[in-house]
Amino acid sequence: MKAVALVVLALVPFALPSQSMVNIAMLTAFSAFIGQCWNISGGFGGLTSFGHAVFFGTGAYAVAILQTRYGLNPWLGLPVGFVAGGLVGAAIGAASFRAGLRGSYFALVTLAFAEVFRILSNSLDFTRGGLGINIPLGMGVGNFQFADRRATYAVVLGLLVLATLCAAWLRRSRFGARLAALRENEDAAQALGVDLVRTKTLALALSGGLTALAGVVYTQTYLYIDPTIAFGSERSVEMLLVAMIGGAGTVWGPILGAVALHIVADVSRSFISTPGFAPMLYGVVLLVIIGVLPQGMAGLWERLRRA
Amino acid sequence: MLEVRGLSKRFGGLHAVRDVSIDVPAGAITALIGPNGAGKTTTFAMIAGFIRPDAGTVVLEGRDVTGMRPDRIAEAGMVRTFQITQPFAGLSVMENIRVGAYLRTADTGAATAQARQVGETLGLGAMLDRPASALTVAGRKRLEVARALATRPKLLLLDEVMAGLNPAEIADIVSMIQAIRASGVTILLIEHIMQAIAALADHVYVLAQGALIAEGTPRAIANDQAVIEAYLGRGAAARMATHA
Repeated sequence: MKAVALVVLALVPFALPSQSMVNIAMLTAFSAFIGQCWNISGGFGGLTSFGHAVFFGTGAYAVAILQTRYGLNPWLGLPVGFVAGGLVGAAIGAASFRAGLRGSYFALVTLAFAEVFRILSNSLDFTRGGLGINIPLGMGVGNFQFADRRATYAVVLGLLVLATLCAAWLRRSRFGARLAALRENEDAAQALGVDLVRTKTLALALSGGLTALAGVVYTQTYLYIDPTIAFGSERSVEMLLVAMIGGAGTVWGPILGAVALHIVADVSRSFISTPGFAPMLYGVVLLVIIGVLPQGMAGLWERLRRA
Repeated sequence: MLEVRGLSKRFGGLHAVRDVSIDVPAGAITALIGPNGAGKTTTFAMIAGFIRPDAGTVVLEGRDVTGMRPDRIAEAGMVRTFQITQPFAGLSVMENIRVGAYLRTADTGAATAQARQVGETLGLGAMLDRPASALTVAGRKRLEVARALATRPKLLLLDEVMAGLNPAEIADIVSMIQAIRASGVTILLIEHIMQAIAALADHVYVLAQGALIAEGTPRAIANDQAVIEAYLGRGAAARMATHA
């Protein structure tokens, strides 16, 4: 069943009539991917980060600086971005969890970290400040720049599969069980031998590393990055929105969430073109989900199946 | 098995626990009793690493574990339960117990088998696939014990596992605890219910206002003047003697 779904998803772009529709499919897969990244720490671990853009931006700047300053191949951006994002996650995690931060305090700290990174990248020469970084045009697979959106779609789909495999691993591994135990009750988990700081920090590092990959792909697709694109809170909100609408802490939630969100956004855009309408709609959708379906769409599916 | 020496804890002006020393011999059931607010749960929390003591030492099998993190102490073989049950409410009963089982194996199959076995032994077999939030009070108490037991502890710290249960449920838990001891696990328990203490404990320590006031067999403790007065008020022992 899952293999069939994967084959269908892989063939989607070849069935779509135009590049713009392929683009929508790519953006949806991209949302699902970053939602899944957030889900690994935010959903499975209950580490509700409001600043996951810090990892996205780390990856984006890593690949940009790698190329423009050091002339290295952008494909190297994937491993380097993963490690950089993972280290940033480990650092934020170690600092926060050692201090016993959780819930809304943790959310605020992550938001603050993303802002600090945005301000730093805006003022440092190393990141070219507010000018941002242009990636020199050089289409070609070897250069990680694709003229055809279908290739981008394939890369994003591959990353989505990778992140979803990580989520599935969390569902049935000791590490995932310990993470869920900490999410449900920290004292009880520790009494049963779960190392709180280590487990949560590793989860945030894994999520951070994967999220950084999204930043790498973004930079290679749009060939431009600046502090707001990289570290702005809009990206953070998109990630947690996708995961929560679909179902935080479920394997398929972020994929459902991304599809739903893009359908809602694209349909509403074709009817109402007032600027600012889409974010407002997102807000309403999120409120409804939290109020009516705290487990998201995946939770609704579970409820219907049991009923 | 466990030697507690001179354990003390202050919370601001309140001397919650004062110079408490307890010995728990291997294979025995030792009880810690006392009126509400006597400092029993605080003592437990210090022994299990949840609260750092101001003074005193906790030695488990010859190893000083004073001030160690609770997960390290669990790894060393001493695991506590909570008086106010702390289930992982969003997980199934089996998943709850499996968190304990994962302490000794990283293999999901082995941990699942171990969790099922412990769950069935403790009478949770029919509930294994239900959410933990669906359990009754008695079921939650059993779950607390099952999770702790799944870690294969050497020493189990049970904090009022009978509070809030009816007499039939208490009788069940008493025989469950006896079976756990028979399987080779040493037990230190906090309890209020005297019949349970009499049926279970080999040795009893009595805590009142943060300090130990008596120790001995359950029978000796039940007739101890200081103990009766701690529970019933000053002069109660004398009054009881004249009425008898």
